[in-house]
Amino acid sequence: MMLLKAFILGGLICVIGQLLMDLTPFNITPAHILVGYVTTGAVLSGLGLYQPLVDWGGAGATVPLSGFGHSLAQGAIEGVKSKGLLGALGGGLQATSIGVAVAIVFGLFFATFARPKG
Amino acid sequence: MAQNKIGKQTLHFPSTPIITSWASVVGPMEGKGPLGEKYDLVLTDTLAGEKTWEKAEQKMMQFSIELALEKRNLLPKDLDFYLAGDLLNQITCANFTARFLNTPFLGLYGACSTFAEGLCMAGVLLEGGVAEKVGVSASSHHDTAEKQFRTPTELGDQRPMTAQWTVTGSASIIIEKTGTGIILTHATIGKIIDLGNSNAQDLGSAMAPAAFDTLKTHFEDLGRNENDYDLIVTGDLGLLGHGILKELLKEKGISPDRFNDCGIMVYSPEQDTHCGGSGCGCSGVVLTAHLIERLLSGYYHRILFIGTGALLSPLTSLQGETIPCIAHAVVLESRGE
Amino acid sequence: MIAQNVLLNEQEMTKWLNELQKEHQKVLFWEAQAKGEERKKFAGLRQEIERQQQRIARPQQIDYQSTAIKLVPPQTVIKNVIMAFLVGGSICLIGQIIYNLFTQSGLGLKDAAAATSSFLVFLGALFTALGYYDELGKVAGAGSIVPITGFANSIVSSALEFKREGYIYGVGARLFTVAGPILVYGTMVSILVGLVYYFVR
Repeated sequence: MMLLKAFILGGLICVIGQLLMDLTPFNITPAHILVGYVTTGAVLSGLGLYQPLVDWGGAGATVPLSGFGHSLAQGAIEGVKSKGLLGALGGGLQATSIGVAVAIVFGLFFATFARPKG
Repeated sequence: MAQNKIGKQTLHFPSTPIITSWASVVGPMEGKGPLGEKYDLVLTDTLAGEKTWEKAEQKMMQFSIELALEKRNLLPKDLDFYLAGDLLNQITCANFTARFLNTPFLGLYGACSTFAEGLCMAGVLLEGGVAEKVGVSASSHHDTAEKQFRTPTELGDQRPMTAQWTVTGSASIIIEKTGTGIILTHATIGKIIDLGNSNAQDLGSAMAPAAFDTLKTHFEDLGRNENDYDLIVTGDLGLLGHGILKELLKEKGISPDRFNDCGIMVYSPEQDTHCGGSGCGCSGVVLTAHLIERLLSGYYHRILFIGTGALLSPLTSLQGETIPCIAHAVVLESRGE
Repeated sequence: MIAQNVLLNEQEMTKWLNELQKEHQKVLFWEAQAKGEERKKFAGLRQEIERQQQRIARPQQIDYQSTAIKLVPPQTVIKNVIMAFLVGGSICLIGQIIYNLFTQSGLGLKDAAAATSSFLVFLGALFTALGYYDELGKVAGAGSIVPITGFANSIVSSALEFKREGYIYGVGARLFTVAGPILVYGTMVSILVGLVYYFVR
């Protein structure tokens, strides 16, 4: 059941992105949209509105980039809970540190051993 | 052999096209240099009231051609063709200035040799009987060049002693079939010379061989030597490049006494540019603000103006490529009547 | 001089532009010779002329744009949306399956989440390196851009492209060309969320 909900929620979240890309003027690029997803995810998370999506659709909410924003925001909140004000600064990156490190590792690895095919 | 070609690379302009008007626009640093008083317009800052340096450079080029037109009482529509180039990707500055002028346009890229290249091509158009009035412009801007070719302008890195400072300046000339001014008699089109230099912070060393090659060919083609000229001036070899050129000349038994370099002339030693100035604007502003006046007054009767260019791109240096260079030479004479 | 946004015919436009150009050149010449306050005065005059020059050209540009835009082929929005839904949903589905496998193998919930993200980043990087991710992107649009695999794709594709420029300025610098803004603004918003939480609590 969760599998179906993940599929549907993930698909819908991507559809929003597709509509944004197709219906906005040409100078809204995918990079703009991704930044929008991350920041929106973080804001919704801060308002407590993203967790319900995660509870309902699991990976359908965590896999899209808005899920990354959610992790960042929740990490900052956890940081404040444990360390106070300084935790607000470090909490987000701390929570997503594995993700960033992995991006660096695989990014460097594949860039080293592959070549662009055009 | 084509009718007006002499030897391997030299063009002859028997109808002697005339440079009838010229103008230079520079930034504040150049305004404080040795030729400061002579420029037509010295900007108060490098943004020239614009939002970006690129727009400022375009305004400089536009102003330089407008001032040249105004001095001759002409409008852009009076020009048959406009030739222009700069250092930016896709020669942005030249394209947008041509948009403003709305004149038939040929964009040029010769890096710092662009101004000389423009003079060569203008000579060809006029001698070829397809034009009576041609405008030529070239420009460079320190900050746009640093942003594109090197590192962010606020980055606190140390410039090596071999580095040259890109001139913030734009020069324009109007060259016509008839009129009064300085005449263009010959041009030698350069070949690309690459002797294996790959340090993008030392372009003088890379360009000196190209200047030497064009000079040699020019002399051979016309059967001339250094004594036929009151001045032989290179575009922007800088202190190091000029020194190397002098060595090359000595080896060939050519006296270096009448040689000078615009990159050395445009800044004073106190301005601490290390090896002097460079950029498309460098040779152009020195020619229009200073050398043409010297020809007009008869101080010089005949000079050889050798624009030098390093044809690298931001990527080729990073890809480990060496720097191909080129030099174009034009012979300018005072009318002498 | 002229304030109206009227579409002039070719002849009139040329006439006006020539008049303005004459004035512009004259004012520029005086500006170049002037100093201090006088120069600022001329600069202001010159800029006013430039504004008028632009005002004259504008109606012709607007007229052309409105003609050209009628011929622009339409985006196949419906097809794009369906593909985005299917591919995006599938990638999330794969993520869910992987998450389930990780939790079943004994990993705690938080660790399983991190492991799932890592694995998806790996997959995105792998398929980019193999040259398949751009083919997927062509049909899937947002379906392959929005999931975290798209994030990996932007990192690896950029680094791959500029590999020939060396490992410092090429690979190293380019890893974060697209990912950089995501991290910058994502982190920024998370810090704000943290601060708000701190003060509201």
